[in-house]
Amino acid sequence: MALPKEYDDLPGTVVFDADRARQGYHLNMFCMSLMKPENRAAFKADERAYLDRWPMTEDQKQSVLRRDWNGMLQLGGNIYFTSKIAATDGLSFQQIAAMMSGSTQEQYAQMMLKGGRSPDGNRSKSEWKNRG
Amino acid sequence: MARIVAGVATSHIPAVGAAWDNGKTAEPYWRPVFQGFERSKEWIAEMRPDVCIVAYNDHASAFSLEIIPTFAIGCAAEFPIADEGWGPRPVPPVKGHPELASHIVQSVVLDEFDLTIVNKMEVDHGLTVPLTLMFGKPREWPCPVIPLCVNVVVYPVPTGHRCYMLGKAIRKAVESFDKDLRVVIFGTGGMSHQLQGPRAGLINREFDTRFLDNLTRDPRALVKISHLEYLRETGSEGIEMVMWLIMRGALDDEVKEVHRFYHVPASNTALGHIILENSRR
Repeated sequence: MALPKEYDDLPGTVVFDADRARQGYHLNMFCMSLMKPENRAAFKADERAYLDRWPMTEDQKQSVLRRDWNGMLQLGGNIYFTSKIAATDGLSFQQIAAMMSGSTQEQYAQMMLKGGRSPDGNRSKSEWKNRG
Repeated sequence: MARIVAGVATSHIPAVGAAWDNGKTAEPYWRPVFQGFERSKEWIAEMRPDVCIVAYNDHASAFSLEIIPTFAIGCAAEFPIADEGWGPRPVPPVKGHPELASHIVQSVVLDEFDLTIVNKMEVDHGLTVPLTLMFGKPREWPCPVIPLCVNVVVYPVPTGHRCYMLGKAIRKAVESFDKDLRVVIFGTGGMSHQLQGPRAGLINREFDTRFLDNLTRDPRALVKISHLEYLRETGSEGIEMVMWLIMRGALDDEVKEVHRFYHVPASNTALGHIILENSRR
């Protein structure tokens, strides 16, 4: 029997565990390949062709092509790996964090300057039920 | 005999390294961050450690998803700087201390902590940003550094208690090394932050302040914090604070708090920093 994963109750958060590491193995290994400048260049030259070198699912490839940062996490991506795509695009961690949380960069930067997102109201999925 | 004289905890935010590397330390956004470490740089220059042991996590740089060691110790003579996608940071390569590292492996594994031995490894911002914050921009790092990598990326990650006890085992190992070395141990990462998903940007000043207070006064209260509590209260990346407990475990029960700094925001993160001294320096 599987052990319970209490962390599945966290709202707006994907906890990257051994199961997700297996699900996202090739997606993440593709991201890791972008640590080499020649691979970044090859990816930029033809993203689809570069992605086709990896045995990823079509959904995973589409999430990369669309830069669907949350979608990548849902499909087994891990933020430290997907951030290498961001680096290749010249984006910072804060820029992709803004995108993932559905804010403009300006709104997100302002929220951080005001002390960040409060844990109040953000501890459990039950607190997010009424969000649109 | 070698001994651990002090502990340093600090966040290892990559944007802080980038701000430093790009000469932005005087900009209004970054100035307070670097000012918070002015005292720390003076302190470590006075302390002149012979070796630093740095507990940090690799961020998909040296370890991919092929092999995920829970605890790994760098036993190499030199650790090159990783290219994390932006190009390698322009900082000197990190020189190791293979003799002490191997000695720690021998002692700690016999104490039933199964460290993975790493003889070839690149190091990323998790290790180099704390070095920059403490040592500035030397041509060479002033002392050898032993990297201690902790998996806090793929769950299940080690518990705070396990990390604290590992710190104690490392202390015992250091104290049985027959050269007269003064060792400073670092715990890095944290404090509250979440880099991913719709909840990105979570910060919990109250939790962080209590954590800093108890790090000095009552670390045993901290070792009981569960993974779920870290995740709920400090964001998905706040779990990095378990690495601070390795540092704390390696110190005396009673320590002197020499310096503390807390600042929000540094990019997505609550930057926390503390320096603790053992009674016998």
